[in-house]
Amino acid sequence: MADPFRWRSTTIRAITPATARVKSFRFDALDGPHRAGQHVDVRLTAPDGYQAQRSYSIASVPGDPAGLELMIERLADGEVSGFFDEVAEIGDAIEMRGPVGAFAWEAADGGPVLLVGGGSGVVPLLAMVRERALRAPDVPMLLIYSARRAAEVIARGELSARSRDETGFDLTLLLTREGPTAGRRIDRVMIDTAIECLGMPRHSFVCGGNAFVGTVADLLVDAGVRPSAIRTERFGG
Amino acid sequence: MATRGFTGRPPAAEIRERLPPGQYLTDDFPVLQMGPTPRVSTEGWRFTLRQGAKPLASWSWDELQALPRTRWGGDIHCVTKWSKFDTAWEGVTIDDLLAAAGLEAPTGFVLAEGHDDYTTNIPVPDLLGGKAMIATLYEGQPIEPDHGGPARLLVPHLYFWKSAKWVKSLRFTERDEAGFWELRGYHMYGDPWREQRFTGD
Ligand SMILES: Cc1cc2nc3c(=O)[nH]c(=O)nc-3n(C[C@H](O)[C@H](O)[C@H](O)COP(=O)(O)OP(=O)(O)OC[C@H]3O[C@@H](n4cnc5c(N)ncnc54)[C@H](O)[C@@H]3O)c2cc1C
Repeated sequence: MADPFRWRSTTIRAITPATARVKSFRFDALDGPHRAGQHVDVRLTAPDGYQAQRSYSIASVPGDPAGLELMIERLADGEVSGFFDEVAEIGDAIEMRGPVGAFAWEAADGGPVLLVGGGSGVVPLLAMVRERALRAPDVPMLLIYSARRAAEVIARGELSARSRDETGFDLTLLLTREGPTAGRRIDRVMIDTAIECLGMPRHSFVCGGNAFVGTVADLLVDAGVRPSAIRTERFGG
Repeated sequence: MATRGFTGRPPAAEIRERLPPGQYLTDDFPVLQMGPTPRVSTEGWRFTLRQGAKPLASWSWDELQALPRTRWGGDIHCVTKWSKFDTAWEGVTIDDLLAAAGLEAPTGFVLAEGHDDYTTNIPVPDLLGGKAMIATLYEGQPIEPDHGGPARLLVPHLYFWKSAKWVKSLRFTERDEAGFWELRGYHMYGDPWREQRFTGD
């Protein structure tokens, strides 16, 4: 079995814009399987030997023939995300290790599954949505996705199509900076409505910035979700 | 192997020498935990030393407050790669806990247990000699729930996942038993200066 913790070089195979600030990067597949929701660590090395490491969630499902997908949001002054946005090109070699992490769901875990993502925090949840469609289409899953504006919604077309076409998968999209819901944040009513529609979740996954994750995890506990059924992943911020 | 086109933003030399390999400096205090923040009140709170299932000694919140207090200041390092400099903590060292209980550490290893059922393993020598404490104050204030309050383990010379939040007990074990993250591939010891993030590092 391949050692997931060994650094190895992988090659960028494709780069596609996902939104104005997020790009999708396709790499050679990992040596071994991962579970949807896990991340990889990426390491960049300067000519003088200086290195920077960051974590990025895997957006693709295990065994995706198109390779491993990461979706990286450019942050102002971001040392690593800025490199991916401005410098990285197809054919570049990047050091990577993984998969890593306990923020993970697989078909055998069953459902119902409640996913709550803020901004680029949707990336590991997207892998779970894809995994469900492929390997567990009977598992009820609902994604609450909070983004600032419609143009900033990652995988918008894919997620709407899935919620339209896939029985058992629902999407609740909240735009917090434009349209009729501007100014609204994920609140208890939204969580209660989601639980009414989905049933009490057996597993819940919350991902996004630090404050977002803290608030949503508390709301879930208030709404009666067992704390041990809630997994969190914080991107920083 | 240099990454084509990457120069990065190496920190100034005096910062760089305080940063373990692969870490970057942050001024915030990011949060790492696997789930929601448990609601732990100091009322009815107890901290217990056990060996296997057997309790050896335990303290209520007020009893813990009455033990000798120690301050520690310095740098902390999280496996998710942030480091924070000059943090200030106060609490009761494990040496003082054992002394108050009139005990010697009965085995060579410990599993620290949190109210969220989190566990993490630490060799006993890394908890003694003033190297670790049950911390109850951060920068002079009660530790916020998101940072492990009311009480967390502090073992600052190891990656911060070893400093179990919302700690409720230290369980002495005969063998070095893997905790929550260690079962999932994180390093059994976790020395940031040797970059022991994962098994095999
Ligand atoms: C487990 C895990 C999975 C992650 N998955 C993804 C992912 O799928 N996609 C993705 O784009 N990012 C993801 N991140 C965040 C990523 O690891 C980096 O933190 C991010 O790309 C910023 O790095 P940087 O070098 O560009 O910015 P830095 O140079 O480190 O920081 C630049 C500025 O941005 C601020 N900042 C740093 N990180 C964040 C943040 N996350 N949000 C807001 N402000 C921030 C800093 O305080 C600083 O002011 C993940 C993080 C973790 C821990």
